[in-house]
Amino acid sequence: MIVTKPREWERIRAGLVEAGAARVFVMGCGQCAAAARTGGEKEVLEAAARLEAEGFEVTGWTVGEVTCHLNGTKLERRRHRAAIDAADAILVLACGAGVQTTADAVEKPVFPGLESLFLGTVIRNGIFEERCQTCGDCVLDKTAGICPVTTCPKGLLNGPCGGMWDGMCEILADRECTHVRIRTRLVAQGRAGKGRLAPKDHSMALKPGAVNIRTDGHRR
Amino acid sequence: MSRLRELLDAGEFVVTGEVAPPRGTDLTAMHAAVDLLAAHCHALNVTDNQGASLHLSSLAASKAILDRGVEPIFQQTCRDRNRLALQSDLLAAWSFGLTNVLAVTGDDPRAGDHPDARGVFDLDSTQLVEVIHGMNGGRDMIDRELKGGTGFYIGAAMFPEAEPWDVQLARTEQKVEAGVRFFQTQAIFDIAKLERTMDALRPLGVKVIAGVLVLRSPKVIDFINRNLAGLMVPDAISARIRAAEDPAEEAIRLAIEQVREMRAIADGVHIMPLGLDAAVGRILDESK
Repeated sequence: MIVTKPREWERIRAGLVEAGAARVFVMGCGQCAAAARTGGEKEVLEAAARLEAEGFEVTGWTVGEVTCHLNGTKLERRRHRAAIDAADAILVLACGAGVQTTADAVEKPVFPGLESLFLGTVIRNGIFEERCQTCGDCVLDKTAGICPVTTCPKGLLNGPCGGMWDGMCEILADRECTHVRIRTRLVAQGRAGKGRLAPKDHSMALKPGAVNIRTDGHRR
Repeated sequence: MSRLRELLDAGEFVVTGEVAPPRGTDLTAMHAAVDLLAAHCHALNVTDNQGASLHLSSLAASKAILDRGVEPIFQQTCRDRNRLALQSDLLAAWSFGLTNVLAVTGDDPRAGDHPDARGVFDLDSTQLVEVIHGMNGGRDMIDRELKGGTGFYIGAAMFPEAEPWDVQLARTEQKVEAGVRFFQTQAIFDIAKLERTMDALRPLGVKVIAGVLVLRSPKVIDFINRNLAGLMVPDAISARIRAAEDPAEEAIRLAIEQVREMRAIADGVHIMPLGLDAAVGRILDESK
């Protein structure tokens, strides 16, 4: 999921003040931000209460089912038309995609309420690990489902490097070396070969840049 | 033609040393170190922004050393250059007359003097070896014919003491398959671990130059344990140096013992004197 953290409140407040927004509608997201406990109903209500405590008027709130889904968010906009029309600004407790989708669906200034961090795994409540760089050239089939591009600090495809010691990473000393983990899992699965991974095809990289995925499979 | 290769192929026990290019353009101190070490070494490694810290380039320093009549081992890391720059520097190196190359990953920038730098790592060391191997066959990385290829003697690093050994060994075999012909190892303190390395690598037909570190002082030991990648000084050795009345003399004696043992097992030694450059001759002589 997309892991987010709350944006510094002062930056949110200052942004609203600077835009002259006195009346605010608060939008959360029922997916990743809810799971990360940064943009579910509880957090949306807390944000609303804090806004009111600081002198803003909250015209309404909702938690979109999937806020990054354009049609779904347009539906939310129709459901809450009166409250949104009454607002000067929308505070969105969702990832960057959710904020931008809201901006497309609602003709009002939007303000991010969260910082988007990474694509990762929920280890347990409140503990997240980054797992994917969305690089567009996946090697997980060859690396036993462990991403070296993301979890090796050097992003090496073949490793370990000379910094590995007792199976641990040199740079992130509290972590096991990604390449030792890969090798160990491949051996356990009986598929550890002598093969090596070819250099990455960076022409497949989606970042930096902006990409739209269409159903015909072409990048635009 | 690499003299290092000729000597190793002839079964000679080789000695390599190491110099760091300056952080600046004044080559005086480097040349002084070169002159001191060259009297005892067959070839000298020239580090590439070692410790992820700024130095004059390994390419330029290797050329300067070659011009001084000493055979360099041009070190190339994957940290600072993408695949275009790596290949172009390799072509430059060969055109300069450099014949040995050591392909290594490189320390992470966060460990160096420019911690805010971006680590490139477009290729890893194994992939770089494969690229050099291809250039030796007259082709670049995209399999296009070069107008004049290279003929490098290709080396890589290996870490006999780093566990887990099965991972280390698989990694080393992978490098051999990619085209490595000689290894220079991280410093060795436990001779049994060098033995297991030699047992595993001899059948692959590659040469192994064993690393020796002269542990000049307790301070140096602390520095290594804290800062050097993939290396820990064992407690017994650390205690021996710490307890010595003259730690530098004890470190030289220890190095003599180590080199003596290595002469019987390895294809050569790579001496890292850590400032005790003047003792290298004695270590080699007394270890015979």
